[in-house]
Formats: sequence, structure tokens, C-alpha cells
Amino acid sequence: MEKFVDNLSPMDLMRSEKMKLVQLIIPVESAHRAVSYLGELGLLQFRDLNAEKSPFQRTFVNQVKRCGEMSRKLRFFKDQIIKAGLLSSIHPVVEPDVELEELEILLAEHEHELIEMNSNSEKLRQTYNELLEFKIVLIKAGSFLVSSDNHAVAEERELSENVHSNHSYDEASSLIEQEMGTADQPGLRFISGIICKSKALRFERILFRATRGNMLFNQAPAGEEIMDPLSAVKAEKTVFVVFFSGEQARKKILKICEAFGANCYPVPEDFSKQRQITREVSSRLSELEVTLDAGIRHQNKALTSIGYHLTQWMSMVRREKAVYDTLNMLNFDVTKKCLVGEGWCPVFAKAKIQDALQRATVDSNSQVGIIFHVMDAVESPPTYFRTNHFTNAYQEIVDAYGVARYQEANPAVYTVITFPFLFAVMFGDWGHGICLLLGALVLIARESRLSTQKLGSFMEMLFGGRYVLLLMSLFSIYCGLIYNEFFSVPFHIFGGSAYKCRDATCSDAHSAGLIKFRDPYPFGVDPSWRGSRSELPLLNSLKMKMSILLGVTQMNLGIILSYFNAHFFRNSLDIRYQFVPQMIFLNSLFGYLSLLIIIKWCTGSQADLYHVMIYMFLSPTDDLGDNQLFWGQRPLQIVLLLLALVAVPWMLFPKPFILKKLHSERFQGRNYGMLISSEFHPDAEPDSAREHHEEFNFSEVFVHQMIHSIEFVLGAVSNTASYLRLWALSLAHSELSTVFYEKVLLLAWRYDNIVIRLIGLAVFAFATAFILLMMETLSAFLHALRLHWVEFQNKFYHGDGYKFKPFSFASITDDDD
Amino acid sequence: MYGFEAMTFNIHGGYLEAIVRGHRAGLLTAADYNNLCQCETLDDIKMHLSATEYGPYLQNEPSPLHTTTIVEKCTLKLVDEYKHMLCQATEPLSTFLEYITYGHMIDNVVLIVTGTLHERDVQELLEKCHPLGMFDSIATLAVAQNMRELYRLVLVDTPLAPYFSECITSEDLDDMNIEIMRNTLYKAYLEDFYKFCQKLGGATAEIMSDLLSFEADRRAVNITINSIGTELTRDDRRKLYSNFGLLYPYGHEELAVCEDIDQVRSAMEKYPPYQSIFSKLSYGESQMLDKAFYEEEVKRLCLAFEQQFHYGVFFSYMRLREQEIRNLMWISECVAQNQKSRVHDSVVFIF
Repeated sequence: MEKFVDNLSPMDLMRSEKMKLVQLIIPVESAHRAVSYLGELGLLQFRDLNAEKSPFQRTFVNQVKRCGEMSRKLRFFKDQIIKAGLLSSIHPVVEPDVELEELEILLAEHEHELIEMNSNSEKLRQTYNELLEFKIVLIKAGSFLVSSDNHAVAEERELSENVHSNHSYDEASSLIEQEMGTADQPGLRFISGIICKSKALRFERILFRATRGNMLFNQAPAGEEIMDPLSAVKAEKTVFVVFFSGEQARKKILKICEAFGANCYPVPEDFSKQRQITREVSSRLSELEVTLDAGIRHQNKALTSIGYHLTQWMSMVRREKAVYDTLNMLNFDVTKKCLVGEGWCPVFAKAKIQDALQRATVDSNSQVGIIFHVMDAVESPPTYFRTNHFTNAYQEIVDAYGVARYQEANPAVYTVITFPFLFAVMFGDWGHGICLLLGALVLIARESRLSTQKLGSFMEMLFGGRYVLLLMSLFSIYCGLIYNEFFSVPFHIFGGSAYKCRDATCSDAHSAGLIKFRDPYPFGVDPSWRGSRSELPLLNSLKMKMSILLGVTQMNLGIILSYFNAHFFRNSLDIRYQFVPQMIFLNSLFGYLSLLIIIKWCTGSQADLYHVMIYMFLSPTDDLGDNQLFWGQRPLQIVLLLLALVAVPWMLFPKPFILKKLHSERFQGRNYGMLISSEFHPDAEPDSAREHHEEFNFSEVFVHQMIHSIEFVLGAVSNTASYLRLWALSLAHSELSTVFYEKVLLLAWRYDNIVIRLIGLAVFAFATAFILLMMETLSAFLHALRLHWVEFQNKFYHGDGYKFKPFSFASITDDDD
Repeated sequence: MYGFEAMTFNIHGGYLEAIVRGHRAGLLTAADYNNLCQCETLDDIKMHLSATEYGPYLQNEPSPLHTTTIVEKCTLKLVDEYKHMLCQATEPLSTFLEYITYGHMIDNVVLIVTGTLHERDVQELLEKCHPLGMFDSIATLAVAQNMRELYRLVLVDTPLAPYFSECITSEDLDDMNIEIMRNTLYKAYLEDFYKFCQKLGGATAEIMSDLLSFEADRRAVNITINSIGTELTRDDRRKLYSNFGLLYPYGHEELAVCEDIDQVRSAMEKYPPYQSIFSKLSYGESQMLDKAFYEEEVKRLCLAFEQQFHYGVFFSYMRLREQEIRNLMWISECVAQNQKSRVHDSVVFIF
């Protein structure tokens, strides 16, 4: 067996890449270049050697700060460009990289220029907005004054008539005219202005209170959104005119106006004067518009020229920042002339890294080369699988449970097929499968386009799992063909049914049943079963047994993988006292059950397997009677039962005792602990864990082993039962689709009414899409996930490693945007 | 239903309690403060803060920073969090959250009124106001000439209106008046808040009564110390103390007649919880009293998080953040003015 395993060709995904802890000693002058070359290569994970230092105590903090400042400027440019609405029209051009220092100066210049332009245009815009408001106030308030003129004047006349009976209309109106200029004259006066619509109501209320009701408030919406001259925010505004009397009130009202941010503009009472001012304002407005337009054009030009380089600059600054962040992880050596770095790299990448370092030395004209050598590792290396588009999603599924321990057998190898297959067992319907397939194909066909753009979280998930979806749908079609279900309808694809009615009328088809008249249906379930009385018993028995077969197979695979692990890590103890008894225990009980199932299927025997299994435990020596499937079954059962009983103490006791013995042998006569130095390791195996030297706690080890054994023994039963979810889910799926087909679609079809038929069709389509295709897919996915994570992986998978995260420019995304 | 909050609290309050506890986990720790105290420039502080939850708020600030910018941005974060919580809150939590801001409202009213009295620009004053205590017509406060007008014009619309009933006089505003007004308002506010919390019942009432009593007692001590040597009569002083708290009523009688700091001390030392505060101070010293009170407050606020299913955590969180912002302001000022030796004078570590 060992030879056979050794001769197996190595699988790429089975074991994570061999990693080495390497040390780099880089002369200061070539450090930056070396690190940026390594970033382009992206195959070295640096270790933070300055973890105890706070960010601003590190060596390259100034450079990091400068990069932060530059990226702030770039964000400012981007904001400006977006504000100017130029983003879509700019196509970035790629130019050769500029030096960081040059870029810094360039950015500072651009920022200065932009800020200056902004402040210039800001002033202009403020004047422009003020004039615009003035114009609107003139128009609106003017119309007020016209309409309220008669009204107000009438009031005024009434008032004045009481005092001076000989006041005429002309005098009254001339009085109002004078009010604008001369403040100290008594009588009715007004203030006009403009205020945000949202504040208008409160404004009016406060005015009312402040003047004790002695005022008249008129308002009209400005009609369009106007930018406030001061805050430069667009808002809906209201033009108001307040009529009041008295100097005290005027002061108060002006103060309130100021407090509310209402801009007051004087409106002359005289129409001709009004018209004249309006004309003046309009002409000034158009002048300003021209100036503003020129300013905006100028600014846009500047922004566009910045925009050409913006993406390039941003990525460059981001890279620089990453380089300096990485450099901050390095240590100075004693002479302060070299930087010392440590990191993990896969073995295959050593040559590439060396090459990159060589190039860095040459390119930076350094006298001294970069020293690159492998060190002994104390801690366990990171786990790194080289995946591709296809395998990545499956590896993600496994990693979501836990990242594999370094060089541990990787379940993703098998998950690629078993996961979609177990999904399909629960989702067997080739109609639904085809729908899924179309969806998966659409995603795959648009792969290149979708992978570049940002997707929503849900789409992102779908897109990431597109190849999982593809295999899931293919297997669904396959399983659907076996179950013979197309949206729950059976088809005669592979020839005719093997059954026919007893007579021509087919009257007793549902009572007496059908008779078999030719060879069995060649592939899958015979369509005649559908709708018959024995449909459910047949399918249940079939699917239940199939689930157990699949489950036992997968669990056996899991235990075999634990053998591969033990073999790989040269741990004969685990093979002898864990793998062997586990195999024996599982197979003597559930392996035997699987055997019985297969024999029953092949021979067509009527034996009751429940009975066989239960009495195998209760009274193993009794005669089996009718339930005997093959000769020698009874002695075999007794042997198997004994084997299972022996296997339990076998996996429980020997291992902790042997470990204890080994430990005491190793440290025999030695009262002192080992000296642990990071430089030198007595046995040079990179993955021999140092824990061996730790104090051996027998009770802890024993309890651990006990938990493991009990978990396995109980798990063997409960996990097998857990695989019955395959049956349950597939039953639920087919019943659900039957209900929708028969109770919705067929029911609606029975009516000869197009509307009812359409409604039925719509409900059916909706239910198929949302309940069967989405919810059921999700639930089958989750159950398949559970079967892999719990039932399969707990047999061998530790999943306590950590991922390899190389320093790579490619992985620096613009997360700060 | 004391003791049964666990059954129903999470229906409305669970989400927000989770949010507030998450925010609390973002408070700066002693390690952060140690690092901040080692900073040489304001840029260092910015850099350190950018690794904390304040990062997004500070990252777009151009490089020559000012202390005010840092404080402003940090306050902005607090305000954003508060607004988010207020949006999500249902009754009675939303009212509770609104109560938290009334204190700032009172401070803002006093700030504006005092400012107008000294003929400062309204816009300038508005910028100094705490954003949590803003209300719609706050700028109009400048119009008012006396208390009655103040109330009739502006405050009648605000939640502060009921607190004003005690201090409406037609007197013109002056510094003394305003200070008395502030304390009267505060007294009414604390009593109202206390009553509200008692009405809520359960753990909220229990915890908030502890926190508010401490607040009331601290104010009583501060009023006493600040009024020593002023023309405020004993009866007037007595009137400014809130009618609840550990000192109510006998402690208030003693405080009301105090003539110097040592008398305050002897009055307070009769109360065991405050004994420890005063035992830290040497005789005749009152400068460090503020810090001692702040430390005690922070301790009590942190304890509020030990219990679940009550609203006290919201109050505590807001107060702790405010304390943190005060700390940041102090550290930044010390760094900016090269007074690093005094950095530890006023910083209250939260954890």
C-alpha cells in the first residue's frame, strides 16, 4: 500500500505549495527598487519585523506620509473632475512613469492652480448668484407690489384717512416710494428678499412673533433651484416681501433675516425704476455668464489634462505607498547600511525572486548584491494553493470552513466533483438543470466583461461561483434524467415504458396496477411509475439507499485521506491506531449495510434490511430466516460485530499510551528542557512541530483522544443518517415541483379561458423561478456545503492553517475610493 | 417590568444596542493614548488616528493641520453616529436620545446669548456651537434683548421651553443673569431627564439615576465652588441645585452655606462615593477637581456597559466619546504648543 501511495503522481492541488522562510539582506540604496520588483512579482509574503513599533516610529514614515498627502491631492482632483462632470469624457493615456519627487511637485502645482481657479470662480459665482437672486426678487416682488399695491395702498389710505382726511392716492404712493431711501419716515415700509423654501414658514412665524403681528408677509416660490451665494448649495427658494412699520421693527426684521440666512435686496417701488434696474441686472448677468463660462472652460481644460493621468498617478501613488509600507516591515541591521527582511515564499518562486533581486541590484547600480537565503522556520508556513479560474471557487468553498494546515491533504480536489454532484442529487430535474445551465453559461460567456466591472454583492457571489454553477447544472441534468423529471414531468426519452395496462380500457391501472411486458426501461426511472400508487415507496426506497451508498463512499474517502495525511507526515501512529480501526468500524457496520443494499438490488431479494441491521446488534446469533441474503451471512455478521467492538478500544487506548512512552524515552534521564534557539533546529524537518518539546500532559492527550474516538463512533451513525438529507431534499424538490405543475398549471389549463390560463402560467413561472430555482438551489447548496464541511471534512481535515498573502501590486485595489 | 427587559428589549432596542456597543469598541484605548502622547507633530496624530475609526474623517484634510480641524472632524464623527442612531430609534429610545442633546442646547443658547451681549458676530458664534445642540432658529437668539423675549421669540419652539418657566424675568441680560439662567435650565433639564428615566423603569432607571445623580452632584459642587465670593445669596445658590442625587437634600443645605473650598470638602467627604475623589486632592486645591470628577464619571460610564438591555449605554457612549474628543483636543493642543510635559495633566484614559 505504501509503495502504491508513493508511486501516485503528485497532484497540484492536493498539497499546498512547499514554502520556505527566506531572509533578504538588502543594501539601502537598492531597497526600494528591490521591494517594488518583488511587488510586481507578487510571490513573497513579508513578515512584520517591527510589529511592536507604532506607525509613526517606523523608518519610512515620512515617505508614507508624503504618499498619503499625494493621494489626498489625487482624491481632490478626482472630486473636482466628478463635480465638473468630466469623468466620462476622459480616456486615460498611459505614459512612462515619472519619479515620485517629480510627481509630488507636479501634484502640488496642479493643486495650487486648481485652488486658485476655484477661488476666482467662487467669487464670480457668488456675484453671479447674488445678481440672479436679485433678478428673481425684482421680478417676483415687483409683481407682488403691483398686485398688492392697490391692496396695501388701500389699507394705507384707510389708515391715513383717519388721521389726515385729505390724503390722496398720489401722496400715499409717493410716500411708499420714498421709504426705500429714507428710513426715518414713519409709515408702511417693506423689506424684500429671498429665503430657502424650507425655512420660509419658520421665518414667517418668528417675524410674526418679533413684530407682535404688526406685519404683512407675502411670498412666492422662485420657481427654479437657485444656488445660495454663500453656501453654494442648490436649494428651492422663496421670494418674500415683508411690510411693516417703525424703525424698531426694521432693525429686528433685518436681524432675523440675517439669522435665517435670508438675503435682502432692495426693490424700488417705481415701475420704471424697477424695469431699469432689472435691465441693468440682466445685462450684468449676461456679462458675468460669459466670464464664468470662460473660467469654467479654462478649469475644465486643466481638469481634463489632469484626468488623462489621474488613474496612472493614483495607481503609482498606491504602489509607492505599498512599497514604503513594506519597507517599514524591514529591520535595519547593525551597520545601518542594510535592511533585513524576512518572508515566506513558495519554493518554485525562489529562482524568480532571485532574478528580480538581481535585476534590482543591477538597475540601481548597487555595489553590493542582495543576499537571499533560506532560514529554518519555527512557526508553520502559510498555505498556498495555485488555483485557476475553475478551481478557485471550489477552493473558496473549502477555505470558508478553514484554511488547510500547511501541506495537508486538500479536500478541494474532490470537492470539484463531489460538491456539484451531491447538490444535483438533491436538485435532480433536468428542466431546472437546463435553466441553471443557461444562467451559468451566460455568466461564463460574459466572463471577460463582468470580471472588470464592479458588481453588486449578490451578482458578485453568483459570478464568483459561475463554474460551480456550471457543474451543478450539468449534474442536475444528469440526475434529472435518472429521476426522469422535467419540471416534474416524466418523458419517454430512452424508449417506451416497460409496463402496460392489463386491458385496453386501463380502468384498473390505479387499483390492480400494471403488468410488465418487456425489458426494463434502459436509463433512469421508468416514466410509468409516475402517478402510480407505488411511486413514492419506490422512489423513497431508491433514494434512501442511494443516499446511504453515497454517504458511506464519501466518508470512506475522508478516512482514506486521513491515511494520506498520516503517510505524508510520516505518522505511523495515526495510521495504525486511528486510520485502521476507523476503517474497520465504519465498514463493518455501514460498509456492510451498503453491501446488503447492493446485494438486494442485484438479486431482487425481499429481505428487510432494517430487520437485518437491528437484529445484528440485538441477537446476532439468531437465525435470519427470510431475511438471509447470502450464504454465511450470520457468521459474517458476528465477525463484523466483533470487529466493530474491538475497533473502539483500539482507537481509544493505544495512541495516548504510546505517545507517553515515546515521550518518556526521549527525555529519559534528562531533567532539563531543550534549549530552543531560532537559528538551529536539531532535526531539520521544516514541519516538525516544536510542540514536541513542550511538556507532555498525558491526561490532556488522553481526554483529547477520548473525545476524538467518541466523536467518530457516534459520528459514524449520525453522519450516515445525515446523508439521508440527500433523499429528503430531493423528495421535497420533486414534490414541490409536482405541486406547482399539477395544482397550478394543469388546474389552470383545465379552464377554457385564456385569462385563467395566462394567470396560471404566470404563477407557475414565478414559482419555478423564485421558489424552485432560487430558494431550492440555495437550500440544496447549503446542504451540500454541510455534507462536505461536516460529514466529509471532519474525518481528516484540520483546517487551522493561514493563507499565503504575498506582497503584490496586483492585489492592491483602490479600497480607499 | 423590572428584570424582564430581556424578553422584549431586543424587539426595538436590540439593533441599536448592538450598534452602540460596536461603536464603543472603537473608542481609543490606553495603548492608543500612549502612542498619541508620543507624537511630535499634529501630522503624527493624524497618522495615528487614521488607523482608528477617525480615519475616514481625517484623510481628506490638507497637511498643515490645526487642532480645531481635528476636533471638528472627530465631533463630526460623533454627530454622524448619533444621527444614525436617532434615525433608527423608535419611541421611547428616540426621546431618550434627544434628551442627551438638551445639555448641549442649553450650552449653545448661553453661548449665543453671551456672545451677542459682547457684540460678537453671529456666524462666528454659530461655528463655536456644539453641533449636537443645534436647533432650527438658534441664530435668531441674537435678536432677543431680555429673557422674556428670548423665550417668546425662539425658545418656545424648542424642547427647552418647559425648562424656562422658572427663569422668565423681564430683566435685561447680563453675565450674571445668563449664568444663573444656564444653571436653572440645567437643573430643570436634569430633573426632567431624571423623571423621564424613572418613568422608563427597569435597568434604564437604575443605571441612569446613578449617572444623572452623579452629574447633578457634580454640578452642585461646581456651582458652589464657582459662586464662592460672588454676590449670589445662599438661597439663590440653594435654588440652583437639582432636587435629586446623593447630596439631596442634606448635602445641599451644607453646600449652600459653604464659604471656601475646604468647607465644600468637609461637606462632601461625608459621602463615601465622593470621599475617594476628594482624598486625591490636597487641601485648598480645586484645579484638579475637574479631572478627578471626569475620571470618576468615566469609570461610572464604563460600568454602564456591563449590564445589558437598558438605554444607559447610549448616554454613556455619547459621554465617553465627548470625553475622548476632549482628550484628543488636549493632546493636540499640547503637541501643537510644544507643551508635551503637560500632556498627561488632563487626559482621562477611558480603558
